Amino acid sequence: MAGAKMMRVRVDSERCQGHNRCCSIAPELFEADELGNARVKGDGKVAPALEAKAKLAVANCPEHAVRLAHE
Amino acid sequence: MNKRAPVQDWASDFDHRDPRWVENPYPIWDELRSRCPVAHSERFQDGAYFASRYAEVREIAYDSEHFSSRRVIVRETKVPPQPAPPITSDPPEHTPARKLLLPAFAPQVIARLEPRTRALCRELLDAIGEAKTCDGAVDYAQHIPVRLIAHMLGVPEKDGDLFRRWIHLVLEVGISDESVILPTLKEMSIYFATEIKRRGEKRGEDLISFLLDAKLDGQPVSETHMIGTLRLLLIAGIDTTWSGIGASLWHLATHPEDRRRLAADASLMPTAIEEFLRAYAPVTMAREVVKETTVGGCPFKEKGQVLLSFPAANRDPAMFADADKVLIDRAENRHAAFGLGRHRCLGSNLARLEMTVAIEEWLARFPEFRLADGAKVTWSEGTVRGPRRLPLVLG
Repeated sequence: MAGAKMMRVRVDSERCQGHNRCCSIAPELFEADELGNARVKGDGKVAPALEAKAKLAVANCPEHAVRLAHE
Repeated sequence: MNKRAPVQDWASDFDHRDPRWVENPYPIWDELRSRCPVAHSERFQDGAYFASRYAEVREIAYDSEHFSSRRVIVRETKVPPQPAPPITSDPPEHTPARKLLLPAFAPQVIARLEPRTRALCRELLDAIGEAKTCDGAVDYAQHIPVRLIAHMLGVPEKDGDLFRRWIHLVLEVGISDESVILPTLKEMSIYFATEIKRRGEKRGEDLISFLLDAKLDGQPVSETHMIGTLRLLLIAGIDTTWSGIGASLWHLATHPEDRRRLAADASLMPTAIEEFLRAYAPVTMAREVVKETTVGGCPFKEKGQVLLSFPAANRDPAMFADADKVLIDRAENRHAAFGLGRHRCLGSNLARLEMTVAIEEWLARFPEFRLADGAKVTWSEGTVRGPRRLPLVLG
């Protein structure tokens, strides 16, 4: 498949309204800031073992604020 | 009691107080979605609109230019706007009023309430004890959010009956009889003014004390703003979650296969709770049209009242596969139970905590339960939907 490509998650802070779905589904990748809005932990690189969770975080965001990019 | 004419046509004369809608609104919404996605009614002052599809609900929720939040309950007769910031705020006032409260409701802060939530659920279950029957709404669901919000506000838990009376008057009776609104709000204002005065003398570890020390646009929060916000926190935090817990119990009482699966496999809890939130979303919000516009090909006239039905959006088959089925392991669930856009429910983290703990503790104590034979389950009317009588057989 996409083999060598690295996935990276991103949170669009303009869209995020703090539903907290991504943080619940993938706490390894996302955390809440002091207002309860989501931010990416670290550099957002997704280890292969977390790809499925990253995709679920995207698919459950009511505001379409979580993105997944292939680099 | 109910003297209103029965609805003949849901598309041109809807009434969300109609007993058929209160009992089971889902077939009505299905019909509207396929026939007339924006329904209309002249039963409410200046006309009311009801959008039944996800796309239009989302568009209206995001559009504060045409749709104001100053009136968040559709009423037969309008009362002057009663500010309860930030839920009744529009931009630009909305953002600072919301930011004032967000830190107190962030997930990492709310998570600290888990032990207390668990303890109070266990107390309620202990009180049910060895009984063979109980009412899941009256004996269990209704007490959990009342006690938790009372704790957060630092007001007596024993005032729960008073709080439930206020909510019933504002959210149910007041939809058709506006004369009860202002006296009830006044009663609430006096209650909170007294509490604020008390905290002025001696701070506690509660939200009222937090507001007294907070700054809004660099200034202390005015008493009027504070009282409006406290009314919001009390009203919004109680019958909503009570309904969410009650509807979840109702589902499990009527779907033994889901009940057994969930009792046996705790790892299903997160998806099950999200699915209960989607399928039985309790809260319908409202907007008022402040500038004429068109959504979904339908004109919205100025001053019209808009029912913003997140529950109907959550049942839209264009958005959700098997939208009419409750699938407790639904992995992809972009539901809108807590709203969409800038007014996302401030208490969503609290509501999720309460629902999760309430169902976990219930199933640990009563893995076997069902609706009582011939049980008459009653559902609340109006803005928030959930069971108010839920007779159960235990064991």
